[in-house]
Amino acid sequence: MTEEFLFVKKLVDKHGTHREVLMPILQTVIEEKRFLSEVMMNEIALQLDISPAQVYGTATFYTFLDVENRGKYVIRICKSIIAEMKGKKEIQKALENRLKIKMGETTPDNMFTLLETNDIGWSDEEPSMLINEMPYTNLTPEKVISIINELQQN
Amino acid sequence: MIDITNRNLKKTDVIFGECGHKDSGKLPILETIIKKEADEIIDEIIESGLKGRGGAGFPTGLKWKFCSMNPVSEKYVVCNADEGEPGTFKDRDILLKVPEKVFAGMAICGHVIGAKEGYLYLRGEYLFMVPKLNAILTWFNAKIKDLGYDFAISIRRGSGAYVCGEETALIESMEGKRGESRNKPPYPVAEGFRNKPTVINNVETFVDVAMIQKYGVECFKKLGTQDSRGSKVFSISGDTLKPGVYELEMGMKLSDFVDEFGDGDTKAVQVGGASGFCVPRKHFAETIIGFEGIPTGGSMMLFNSSRSMYNVLLNYLEFFADESCGQCTPCRVGCQQLVKGIEAVKSGKKDADYLNVLLKLTDAMKTTSKCGLGQSVANPCSSIIGNFVEEMIY
Repeated sequence: MTEEFLFVKKLVDKHGTHREVLMPILQTVIEEKRFLSEVMMNEIALQLDISPAQVYGTATFYTFLDVENRGKYVIRICKSIIAEMKGKKEIQKALENRLKIKMGETTPDNMFTLLETNDIGWSDEEPSMLINEMPYTNLTPEKVISIINELQQN
Repeated sequence: MIDITNRNLKKTDVIFGECGHKDSGKLPILETIIKKEADEIIDEIIESGLKGRGGAGFPTGLKWKFCSMNPVSEKYVVCNADEGEPGTFKDRDILLKVPEKVFAGMAICGHVIGAKEGYLYLRGEYLFMVPKLNAILTWFNAKIKDLGYDFAISIRRGSGAYVCGEETALIESMEGKRGESRNKPPYPVAEGFRNKPTVINNVETFVDVAMIQKYGVECFKKLGTQDSRGSKVFSISGDTLKPGVYELEMGMKLSDFVDEFGDGDTKAVQVGGASGFCVPRKHFAETIIGFEGIPTGGSMMLFNSSRSMYNVLLNYLEFFADESCGQCTPCRVGCQQLVKGIEAVKSGKKDADYLNVLLKLTDAMKTTSKCGLGQSVANPCSSIIGNFVEEMIY
């Protein structure tokens, strides 16, 4: 029995196998594993008795249901027009320099992934970003570096 | 919150004002409501003139009436908390500050249409709220059970998709599928979640219903104008010294709004988010914010004269190209071509006349796209290109 089998089994035992539970299952995988591997998606398809194409099709529809490797901390910088006006570029630069990766990449130690995302609902406190599900707002280059430092110590 | 100084603007307190709190042991008004006849409640909501607060503005009372008249016994209440419109964040504050009122509105709806289950569809960007909301729901669900009323609310989470704010796409997502909008009709009041009659309303709309029931129809009706009754929660951002969430009376003049919130150099206001309309300075005085003028789900983005309206439009179009679900061709191809098109004009690869070709494309998208996403791209395009054509070219 693979790790993926057991992981999905536990979720299926909790939620059932109805098509409606696909989203909660995919969301739980993201919460705990940060991305959906091919093996995991195949396993979900098998246990929900639907085609892997339906699992993949649903997952790739949603921005937060990543199907590529992601780090322990997924950083999503808001790229709305208001964020741009309030200094999104400086925040992006500070993060790229600090983590030594470019937008869309993951650090070699698999700790951080740097991404952009559409409006996250904090236009009154831009620039902003999400780290996993937590919002960080009113960012400055100094502030984001201290956030990263703190996360690295955990 | 910072005070309002313009005398023509009226700050209101319908949404965030006093209301039965957790510790009072009483749900706001629910005890009396569930003894009222459904028809009486529907008549009151119709009488109040309340229109949906998500932006489209469908009369709430009518929606509930259509659903309540449906003889099918299994029905659902859904609260649309998928506010993804750029520049909108009012539902965030409502859910953080007065979630009990939202849930009370949903329970009233359940009572009126005869539903036993309610769902809060919460956007993926707001997952940080889930633990708190779930704790309140545990208390709330137990409380309505104590009242002898068979209704329970639970949370369904989104995962980052703007189009899921469209009601039929939202339902598809709740059913575990890609959030691709359905053909309408049938409307959700006839065939919604699980193909059963479903009422879907915005977060703020549910609060308005609860407050109309608590304070009475007259209290609500005396706010606003003939066509736009009540108050509205606005999300104010951009070039302003006081960004934030403000509850104001409907039907205000945009010039009064800019006078209050602008930085003294406001060039344009984008009313209603990326899918809304851009109003230039010369039209501030004649523009009314409401259903008789420019309606808005609440997003008000201010731009001062240092901003390039080309950058604003490009950002919006890239947003639509990102978020188009891709199932219908006009929207999928149209959004991408619009981005390429305005870049080509700006860089000189196409001459200025090409902007007219792009505007024709948005007209075609308006008439042929399947849902509101593709249909509304014409709004920012025509209003930004129309009013700031020089900025698009030079």
